[in-house]
Amino acid sequence: MTDTVRGIELRLRLQRRDFTLDVALSLPAQGVTVVFGPSGSGKSTLLRAIAGLEPEARGLVRVDDEIWQDARLRLPPHRRPVGVVFQQTALLPHLSVHDNLRYGWRRAGTDADVMREWIDKLALGPLLARSPATLSGGERQRVALGRALMCQPRWLLLDEPLSALDVDRRADILPYLEAIRRQACIPLLYVTHSVEEAARLADHLVLLEAGRVRIAGPALEVLNRPDLPLALRDDAAAVLEASVLGDDGHGLLMLDTPAGTLHAHGPAHPIGTRVRLRIQARDVSVALSARTDTSVLNIIPAVLQSLSTLPGGQLQLQLRAGGTRLLARVSHQSAARLQLREGLPVWAQIKAVALLI
Amino acid sequence: MTPTLTAILVTLKLAGLTTSILLLLGMPLAWWLARTRSRWRIPIGALVALPMVLPPTVLGFYLLLGMGIHGPIGQLTASLGLGTLAFTFQGLLFASVLYSLPFVVHPLQSGFASIDTTVLEAAATLRASPLDRFISVVLPLSRPALVTATLFGFAHTVGEFGVVLMVGGNIDGQTRVLSVLLYDQVEAMAYGDAHRLAAGLLVFSFGMLLVMQWLGRRTALVHD
Repeated sequence: MTDTVRGIELRLRLQRRDFTLDVALSLPAQGVTVVFGPSGSGKSTLLRAIAGLEPEARGLVRVDDEIWQDARLRLPPHRRPVGVVFQQTALLPHLSVHDNLRYGWRRAGTDADVMREWIDKLALGPLLARSPATLSGGERQRVALGRALMCQPRWLLLDEPLSALDVDRRADILPYLEAIRRQACIPLLYVTHSVEEAARLADHLVLLEAGRVRIAGPALEVLNRPDLPLALRDDAAAVLEASVLGDDGHGLLMLDTPAGTLHAHGPAHPIGTRVRLRIQARDVSVALSARTDTSVLNIIPAVLQSLSTLPGGQLQLQLRAGGTRLLARVSHQSAARLQLREGLPVWAQIKAVALLI
Repeated sequence: MTPTLTAILVTLKLAGLTTSILLLLGMPLAWWLARTRSRWRIPIGALVALPMVLPPTVLGFYLLLGMGIHGPIGQLTASLGLGTLAFTFQGLLFASVLYSLPFVVHPLQSGFASIDTTVLEAAATLRASPLDRFISVVLPLSRPALVTATLFGFAHTVGEFGVVLMVGGNIDGQTRVLSVLLYDQVEAMAYGDAHRLAAGLLVFSFGMLLVMQWLGRRTALVHD
């Protein structure tokens, strides 16, 4: 180990008439940090302040041993080695795709190899001669990604890059984001209001509420915390990491998870691939015996840890299954009939397992 | 050289110089007006627009007073050893710049204002300095506005009459421009000469507008 400082240190404050951003964060200088929060929580403002695009933001921005901003110094945006992918892509409309890619590449003085590499990996070759106005939403977003990467940034900031795309186009872009995460060796800051994207991409998760950090930590830990508003939403879910065991012979994937072996729909994956699963509370019910007269495939033993009443009147159950926690929802009537109480061994019946690919 | 040819040369020189100076001054001014949130934006904007509504003779009158030996501009130029500007080509140039200012600044301002801020921010995050962004993003995206501003500035200077008469006088080879010459010819009942000149100016103005429409259309097609 060297004594150079590692990691990202942020202390940013921005006062607006009706909104205050006040954030102090230590983030790992690797992997994907997802900043998650409802609209108006200040996530985009935070990203813009990091990039230097909010002149009134005060505080500290340090990436490893490089200080971009502190009490004395405030680098203007063009002097910060960031890459930014904007929600609306912001391609330069008067330049071709090729010249858009070259714009930052030339100014950052990056190697020609880097340019070729990302044109290749993001499959931009066929688009180079096109004008941005003729690109589809997904193509625009790919060009925007490539353009930011051409500068070889120290930190890649993405502001809701998928929110302007329809569901199919999102599925087209996500593999490229995965590729960047695996191969670029630069930390990513990913701003989104979608739990799905957060659950799929995050290594580290920051939950922002009204301009302040509600909680920050390793993604799975934060996603599975029962005491956060996430757990009370209609789409509350447990997020699990799993590895692919193979095909079950009936077209389903068999997955090794901390809760036991689960079956899931999904495209074929090589054995051993790491994937994330999302199991929504409303897709999990409980039984006192391991029933065989049911259509539900995934039935695993669990222990009921706690019961809480949801705003809608349903009961939310927290279950411990193997090394992990699941959420389940039942009605008061069922809870009374089964005499559910803390510590009771039950069988969790999981109707659907969503593979986050 | 015939008086008409001399007047044409004086007019072209005046309009060309006025337009060049206005583009240089107008770009930063229009940029500031289009982008600033300063409370001075409204009063400065109104001041720039003033020559549009002011009778040209009013502007000319005050300029004549200002440029005279007792006026502030006159004292400044006299102390610089330049003498006074009234009834000189330089004086006329100064007056033309003020008179045509809004016709250059307004198209530029609306062109600059229509540029998407995010595109400029993206350029900044791609390592472009503010001046670099202006040259590599703002100017190319404002090309239609630049064409309009240039043609408006030029044509409007060619057409000015009241201000010229007030501050320029009617000195052959110095300050006698086409519009004043036309007036002289009509006064002298030389309707034949007046016809040629008036028709020439008419064709010139129509041609300017044609060029402008054509360039505007072409840019619109490129951006579709």
